[in-house]
Amino acid sequence: MKKLRLGMQLLFTILTNGYVYGFLNGKIYQGRLKYVCVPGLNCYSCPGALASCPIGALQALLNQRGFEVPFAVLGFFFLFGSILGRFVCGFCCPFGLVQDLLHKIPLFRKRKRLPLHHILKYGKYLVLVLLVCIGSAFLFGGFAKVPAFCKYLCPSGTLFGALPLLGTNELLRSQIGGLFFWKLGILLMIMFLSIKVYRPFCQYLCPLGAVYGWFNRFSLVQVHWEEEKCTFCGACQRACPVDLSASEVSRSPECIRCGRCIEACPKKCLHFRSTQQEKLQKTL
Amino acid sequence: MGFWKKRNRDSGKYTWLWGTLVGVICIAVGAWDGQLAVIWKKAVMICLECIGIG
Repeated sequence: MKKLRLGMQLLFTILTNGYVYGFLNGKIYQGRLKYVCVPGLNCYSCPGALASCPIGALQALLNQRGFEVPFAVLGFFFLFGSILGRFVCGFCCPFGLVQDLLHKIPLFRKRKRLPLHHILKYGKYLVLVLLVCIGSAFLFGGFAKVPAFCKYLCPSGTLFGALPLLGTNELLRSQIGGLFFWKLGILLMIMFLSIKVYRPFCQYLCPLGAVYGWFNRFSLVQVHWEEEKCTFCGACQRACPVDLSASEVSRSPECIRCGRCIEACPKKCLHFRSTQQEKLQKTL
Repeated sequence: MGFWKKRNRDSGKYTWLWGTLVGVICIAVGAWDGQLAVIWKKAVMICLECIGIG
């Protein structure tokens, strides 16, 4: 399972950032694929990005259209969320992959959560409402509205967008100012924290995780728990990187469907399963 | 009471399908409204704000 997941994460990162020409020349892809959004957090200003970031797209619509309903982005949220839920976070997000790899570095004593987790976990909802929605609709920079989340917080944009572009584009390098160092500081802090704590950005700050978390309770891809077979040994909770018990896994908005609980269960009473398979088995 | 509980549980099995359908309809409405073009215009230019320069 671990290898499959790592393979899928790498494949998705390469597929969604496959515009090699952009990395070599400091330019970005301008083709038609950018009409659509990818499921994960993937900056559209990354030189390799082949499609749009859903959070960036939502802010672009709020910037341009004010409080008009952003149907297109809501559509992508519903489409990916209803089928995959936070499976997207576990298997398809490039910045999630970066945090996973950093957490493998054998430094510090590992922690699943930060202190005050029960309060901090709501941070991502706050970011979604204040920065992504309200911030983008109201905040002005110069004469134009600004994408507040991308501008002041998004570490994915700094890592996949800014750093590769600055490495190859001299004109951009000459324009670096205080804002860049603010964002670089946030990126370094999150990367450093990722070595000790499991996916701090996903657990506490990611607005996309907040959106997909809502879909977890009814998405097609589910982690199914067979209560009657369970011996309540707690192996799943010990293995879970976000410390969820077997009864919480299937519906919790915090579960990123990484599958570690499935691997750890000695009685095999947890499975990846679609809601349709569940129904079929009950009928039989 | 048990009837309602069972009914709710069963209807939940297809919620993802309704969600997917809502998603497809919303994308179609957004495309018709020109929202995909707004996204494309933003995505094909280097967003200086997004990378912390603008």
